[in-house]
Amino acid sequence: MLELALTSHVAGGLIPQALTMLAIGAPSLAHLGPLDIAVIAIYFAMVMWIGFYLKKRANTSEEFFMAGREMTAWIAGLSFVSANLGSLELMGWAGSAYQYGILAAHWYWIGAVPAMLFLGIVMMPFYYVCKTHSVPGYLKLRFGQGSSIVAAFSFAFMTILMSGVNMFSMALVMKVVLGWDITFSIVISSLAVAAYVALGGLRSAIFNEVLQFVLIWGGALLVPILGLTEAGGWTGLKAQIIRNFPTQDYLHMWRGLGHFSDNPMGVHWTGIVLGLGFAISFGYWTTDFLVVQRVLAANSLRSARMAPVIGSFFKMAVPFIVILPGLLGLVVLQNADGSIMHLVGEDIVSAHPGAGMHSYNEVLPLMLVRYCSPGLLGLGITALIAGFMSGMAGNVSAFAAVWTYDIYQPLINKNARDEHYVAIGRWATILGVVISIGAAYLVMNAKGIMDYVQALFSFFIAPLLGAVLTGMFSKRATKAGGFWGLLIGTLTSVGLWAWVKIDPTALRYVAISPDAKDMAENMYRALWSFSVTVIVVFVVSMFGHARPLAELNGLVYGATKLPKEEPVPFYKNEWYWAVIAVVVFLALNIIFW
Amino acid sequence: MKESEISIWFFIGVLLTIYGALILSYGIWELVTGNLANVVLARLHAPVWWGALMLLLGLFYALRFRPGKA
Repeated sequence: MLELALTSHVAGGLIPQALTMLAIGAPSLAHLGPLDIAVIAIYFAMVMWIGFYLKKRANTSEEFFMAGREMTAWIAGLSFVSANLGSLELMGWAGSAYQYGILAAHWYWIGAVPAMLFLGIVMMPFYYVCKTHSVPGYLKLRFGQGSSIVAAFSFAFMTILMSGVNMFSMALVMKVVLGWDITFSIVISSLAVAAYVALGGLRSAIFNEVLQFVLIWGGALLVPILGLTEAGGWTGLKAQIIRNFPTQDYLHMWRGLGHFSDNPMGVHWTGIVLGLGFAISFGYWTTDFLVVQRVLAANSLRSARMAPVIGSFFKMAVPFIVILPGLLGLVVLQNADGSIMHLVGEDIVSAHPGAGMHSYNEVLPLMLVRYCSPGLLGLGITALIAGFMSGMAGNVSAFAAVWTYDIYQPLINKNARDEHYVAIGRWATILGVVISIGAAYLVMNAKGIMDYVQALFSFFIAPLLGAVLTGMFSKRATKAGGFWGLLIGTLTSVGLWAWVKIDPTALRYVAISPDAKDMAENMYRALWSFSVTVIVVFVVSMFGHARPLAELNGLVYGATKLPKEEPVPFYKNEWYWAVIAVVVFLALNIIFW
Repeated sequence: MKESEISIWFFIGVLLTIYGALILSYGIWELVTGNLANVVLARLHAPVWWGALMLLLGLFYALRFRPGKA
């Protein structure tokens, strides 16, 4: 969701909005044969089989909401990274790579890897040891009910709304790529998701996310392999990009970040490092319950720490199937007359209906259609559908857990039996899907709302990070400090957004430069709201009494006795793999400097 | 995970096996009849080697994690 929220800005306009316009009367990009349809149908049969099979293992609340805390490090790690790997992200970032070049890989490397490693090595022990069921649950233990309720309501509301936006966007993608009816796509996919999550709970969602991860690689990996073959390898690709676009720098990640106006994204390296690499990325990967829930389901503390480390390696590999196809599209896509095809912005495509133009965001489907014969095309489309469905399953399973544990239990029914909460979780899942469908149709009929929804989601990320980090690393932070920090940090984020919306020239203050673009605004807004949260937590805490150390055991660094873990060979140690991940991360950034 | 439970890797193995068999079969049919799909680099016969790879990987996981295997 982080990437979806940001993709819209990178791609120079909202993908779904533009797709709406494209979907009307435009011929579909691909035509599926019987073999492709069979591949898609088999996928649906498989997810339903998994849901029905896992129903018998989702009887208690621990099983339904936390997958029994039985996931191995590999399963939790793949699910962790997969929950964020939706089809819109794949298409959006491939389009961004076509438009901005390898700069887009920042969102997969510095925008994810440091935060994932920090979660695994530093934060996970606290989440895991205090046995919380959710991130709002951690805030309740650390700062009391007030902060938890603020975080729970904002998370539940935004998660379900984002699920609806995703659903609508995916239906539009199916309309544009395959010509499918929007209602048909929405009904079929949401029925499948509602069924398998309501039946098997988080375990079912996690299983399907791992399945989706494999499908995405199976369906999409062929595109860069064949693309590089056609382009003459990496060297050939670079040579052709430089020859075709001599004035643009598509191949360097850091060289053009010295000034806002030196790169097409209009970002500065401080924004990338502090805004994206810290405030946004840490906020998303370490406090968004959608992804943290997957790691909390691990079968031991060591597995819980190892899972994000494993996930970081796969995250670093994702640009191979997302960014590389975008770059390849620059040189291999051709018009019918053999000339190089130039993809354009959504606004240009919609201003010239019937001209046969394609937008940046269509680069991945265009590459799929270019190389994939029957069966393989079905596999690629299945990967896109699977990406959407598992993303939605992630949303509704996280919603069900937060609704049941952090809203229903404390506010409505405190002392019910365990079976009652499982039943509430199942109904919350179905209700979540129904509300998502409602949100999807709301967005369809009032498209301006989508812009606001995506901005709204970004409001909560950085302040939540500020509250969780101060709670986890400061023994001095008080209940009132946590509550007011979270609230005022969120209001700061909203205020800065509204300020720029009302007066666009305010961008020079919010993002420090008049040359900054939307992307830079996102990053700096996150940084400001994080800073305000931390400052407010500390200032308010100065006027209150800190909780006794004994009460902070399991919650705060320096007051927690971590359980002693059995010694393992070095190759099973999370520190060993985290160091290797750091080395690979640094090497990638240096290679593509 | 408990031993009595079917592993996720088994489900993945089954799915890859079915997909691999379907795609490989199509690729072999293409190879034998010479009736190539209208895609770029069709002469590389991607369905044959990609389908075979998926089939082998699928069989490995389906057998390695089959239910009841100790």
